[in-house]
Amino acid sequence: MAAAATAGSSPGSGPGDSPEGPEAEAPERRRKAHGMLKLYYGLSEGEAAGRPAGPDPLDPTDLNGAHFDPEVYLDKLRRECPLAQLMDSETDMVRQIRALDSDMQTLVYENYNKFISATDTIRKMKNDFRKMEDEMDRLATNMAVITDFSARISATLQDRHERITKLAGVHALLRKLQFLFELPSRLTKCVELGAYGQAVRYQGRAQAVLQQYQHLPSFRAIQDDCQVITARLAQQLRQRFREGGSGAPEQAECVELLLALGEPAEELCEEFLAHARGRLEEELRSLEAELGPSPPAPDVLEFTDHGGSGFVGGLCQVAAAYQELFAAQGPAGAEKLAAFTRELGSRYFALVERRLAQEQGGGDNSLLVRALDRFHRRLRAPGALLAAAGLTDAATEIVERVARERLGHHLQGLRAAFLGCLTDVRQALAAPRVAGKEGPGLAELLANVASSILSHIKASLAAVHLFTAKEVSFSNKPYFRGEFCSQGVREGLIVGFIRSMCQTAQSFCDSPGEKGGATPPALLLLLSRLCLDYETATISYILTLTDEQFLVQDQSPVTPVSTLCAEARETARRLLTHYVKVQGLVISQMLRKSVETRDWLSTLEPRNVRAVMKRVVEDTTAIDVQVGLLYEEGVRKAQSSDSSKRTFSVYSSSRQQGRYAPSYTPSAPMDTNLLSNIQKLFSERIDVFSPVEFNKVSVLTGIIKISLKTLLECVRLRTFGRFGLQQVQVDCHFLQLYLWRFVADEELVHLLLDEVVASAALRCPDPVPMEPSVVEVICERG
Amino acid sequence: MEDDAPVIYGLEFQARALTPQTAETDAIRFLVGTQSLKYDNQIHIIDFDDENNMINKKVLLHQAGEIWHISASPADRGVLATCYNRTSDSKVLTCAAVWRMPKELESGSHESPDDSSSTAQTLELLCHLDNTAHGNMACVVWEPMGDGKRIISLADNHILLWDLQESSSQAVLASSASLEGKGQLRFTSGRWSPHHNCTQVATASDTTLRGWDTRSMSQIYCIENAHGQLVRDLDFNPNKQYYLASCGDDCKVKFWDTRNVTEPVKTLEEHSHWVWNVRYNHSHDQLVLTGSSDSRVMLSNMVSISSEPFGHLVDDDDISDQEDHRSEEKSKEPLQDNVIATYEEHEDSVYAVDWSSADPWLFASLSYDGRLVINRVPRALKYHILL
Repeated sequence: MAAAATAGSSPGSGPGDSPEGPEAEAPERRRKAHGMLKLYYGLSEGEAAGRPAGPDPLDPTDLNGAHFDPEVYLDKLRRECPLAQLMDSETDMVRQIRALDSDMQTLVYENYNKFISATDTIRKMKNDFRKMEDEMDRLATNMAVITDFSARISATLQDRHERITKLAGVHALLRKLQFLFELPSRLTKCVELGAYGQAVRYQGRAQAVLQQYQHLPSFRAIQDDCQVITARLAQQLRQRFREGGSGAPEQAECVELLLALGEPAEELCEEFLAHARGRLEEELRSLEAELGPSPPAPDVLEFTDHGGSGFVGGLCQVAAAYQELFAAQGPAGAEKLAAFTRELGSRYFALVERRLAQEQGGGDNSLLVRALDRFHRRLRAPGALLAAAGLTDAATEIVERVARERLGHHLQGLRAAFLGCLTDVRQALAAPRVAGKEGPGLAELLANVASSILSHIKASLAAVHLFTAKEVSFSNKPYFRGEFCSQGVREGLIVGFIRSMCQTAQSFCDSPGEKGGATPPALLLLLSRLCLDYETATISYILTLTDEQFLVQDQSPVTPVSTLCAEARETARRLLTHYVKVQGLVISQMLRKSVETRDWLSTLEPRNVRAVMKRVVEDTTAIDVQVGLLYEEGVRKAQSSDSSKRTFSVYSSSRQQGRYAPSYTPSAPMDTNLLSNIQKLFSERIDVFSPVEFNKVSVLTGIIKISLKTLLECVRLRTFGRFGLQQVQVDCHFLQLYLWRFVADEELVHLLLDEVVASAALRCPDPVPMEPSVVEVICERG
Repeated sequence: MEDDAPVIYGLEFQARALTPQTAETDAIRFLVGTQSLKYDNQIHIIDFDDENNMINKKVLLHQAGEIWHISASPADRGVLATCYNRTSDSKVLTCAAVWRMPKELESGSHESPDDSSSTAQTLELLCHLDNTAHGNMACVVWEPMGDGKRIISLADNHILLWDLQESSSQAVLASSASLEGKGQLRFTSGRWSPHHNCTQVATASDTTLRGWDTRSMSQIYCIENAHGQLVRDLDFNPNKQYYLASCGDDCKVKFWDTRNVTEPVKTLEEHSHWVWNVRYNHSHDQLVLTGSSDSRVMLSNMVSISSEPFGHLVDDDDISDQEDHRSEEKSKEPLQDNVIATYEEHEDSVYAVDWSSADPWLFASLSYDGRLVINRVPRALKYHILL
């Protein structure tokens, strides 16, 4: 009957299921589920699956569909299909139905067999359970017996058990009491043995109990004893702590124990710090001893190493221990430590600074930088530990200060080097004169000076560059990346040096000792050329070099190259002008003395050119050579290049005649004035001390102008006899012969000399000029 | 250009000596001495008519020799002193004498006769300053505030104080002092200080400035190496008793406080050749006049070291519209020290410059070729100072 029920239900499983066989069933069903999902999500099955559209699930004509309606299906078939196909489908359907029937029969048989075997099994189980029930009954009775026995035993033992429990309790109590009674002696022993940790632990254990039972006299006694011993213990600990012979870790232990003993933390931390201070001060003292009044034996590196390992290391330990021990103290404790560190740190810094100050004079930058590096690196650890103490900042500050001082030192060094160069030049200038050698190699000296200064600058730059090296710990501080490079090195050192060089050079111009001639003129000339060279090339070279080496990231304004160049040029110009003045003055003095000291009224008829004039020409030639060594020729007016001596002298003497001949005739005194005025109308005003240009001709022109103007002014202050006038005539002609070649415009020499002779003629009561031919002969001979 | 053009007057001879007629305070009058070796030398009395911008001149003969220095008595308009060269036996000696000019010329007669027709008149010699024992006279200076009885003359290395007696007809050497030292020391110039009751004289010799007390004829101060080269001239600030200016061959003009002789208060370096002359304006001591052998005359305004460093302390706001020249360019802040004007009318070295004693805004300069130029302080500056 069960089988029939199963069979009856089986056609409901759908006609489409069975024919396709079980293997096709799973994908089909899955697809159906998918189909439902897709339906839900509004997707058409065919699209989603990507295959040709399948049968519509809602199609009532689909045999396998859920909504199959036989009537509709039949209608549809009847309406749509031709007869043949109808027949085909009929046969097909009949065949399918048959197959379904046979399948159903097989299933019924199979299920029937299973049903029968199941009935058998159930019958066997019934028998077994009946046996088991009997045994369970027996077990229950046994158990009841056991329970009974057990209850009886318990009842018997109950009494004993209670006694034993009581005894055990008494025993434990007695043990505790024994511990308590023995505590004083144990403590004493521990203290004697120095096992302070143990003692403190015992004490800690007993403390509470004793506290609780102190109303009992015996316990009180024990407690008193313990207190005495503990006090002794604490005292001993303190003693040990104070003695301090043992290192910092042991001290820390002591403090820890004391804390455990309930000593006041405040006091302890004071004491701890005081103690640490003692030790650190010891370190500081030893450092100070190294500093000593006597020259310091160890170098800076060693000093900072000592400081780093001794003091800074100690400080680190103290700080770490302190923070561990007194962490409970809160911010007040931290503040105390910070103050402590700050104070000692500042003393340490003071020492380091003193030591570094001793190093200022020294030349070895690399050692110093390494020392600073170590110093700075060492302080990082305590700095990190104690940010509040500001150790790192202070250290950085010191390093910066040292760097600054170092820059100052280098600037000083450069200045000194420059001055040294100048001294060398002075000596070199003075020496050959003694040896009688002509012409000290000015160009060579100049090259020497220039190269030596340049090498000094480069050396300084290299030395200073160490401060910014990558591996140095402080090189990435903002100061060293920015200000040090731009303001310190570029502005302070290089620009500062060039400025001071210019100033030093200019100071030679301002020296009032014009009479003493403190500065050798050659030096002025050399400096002038040096400054000019700086203007044209060296300054920009040095600055480029600096900018390259110290990649300036700072945006602060820096002195532009052009400003420096302008300064250098101005210096060069002033120096050269001063050179002209000095040399002009030397010759002027010679001429003035020669005019002032001579008695021009009673002089004899001139036979020679006066020695002074020859000297003037010689000196001028020497100056010409000297200037020629350093400066280029410069331009002259075109006419002079081919005017030979001969034609020149003829020309000049004829001019002279034409010029002041009328003044010899005593007819009209007006004529001279008129003539000279007309002459002046057409000639330009001569600026005697005018600034010079950077070439030889201009320099020489300046010197000659100054000399001849002096001659003119001196002549005007004197009164001449006939021969005096003639002598002046001869002298002037001689000068004319030799000086024209030095100047840019020979007309200038003519003009000034003409004026000298004319003035002399005016200052002569009896002006009878010498025959030009005679003048020439005398000059040729002289 | 509201400034009047300069007035130029030409002498026939070379000339170095120029002085205002010190005792004259109404008329603008200068005395110029000529230098000629061949002709009789002259003293030109040059009257400047400010209203008509005209020059009237009188000529006096000075037959004793060429004139190197001239100075007028501060008390008597008719009296003047000259230093002149006397050539004899191929020797030149510079002497000094005090002269009186004819009475009618003293005040520059206005009914001036055409001088070409009339023969030139001659100076009347009052007395010689006997220098036979002392050497060449470099200059003669009158006691500035006195009655014209005391003069100082500088002869070579001597400084001589004379008393003029019996209406200046006799010069008595009252006291003297001399410089001792290596080499040939010679005074080049000297000035009598108007301060300290006229008891101080300053002299220049070589590169050194010296102050002297006329009572004891002893040295008060000494500025060694005041200039790099020869000191040519000096002048006292008329309003500040310790200040003096000096000039010299180093082309510089320096201003000194005689209480501090190590350092000049100020230095001007504007001329391009030796500076021969320096003169403070008598009333407004910020105005300093210099003449140089670069043929230029310069007028400088040394406000910062003058007695009126902040200008006149008159409140100028309420009178601002009355004067049309009082210009926009006049700024409130004190003026800077600067050169106000450079006068280039000369074509030869200028050896003498001086202010008029009558008009503080007017000055004369004299160049070697005999050209005398009369100039005025630029109006703008004048009003700036006055208002």
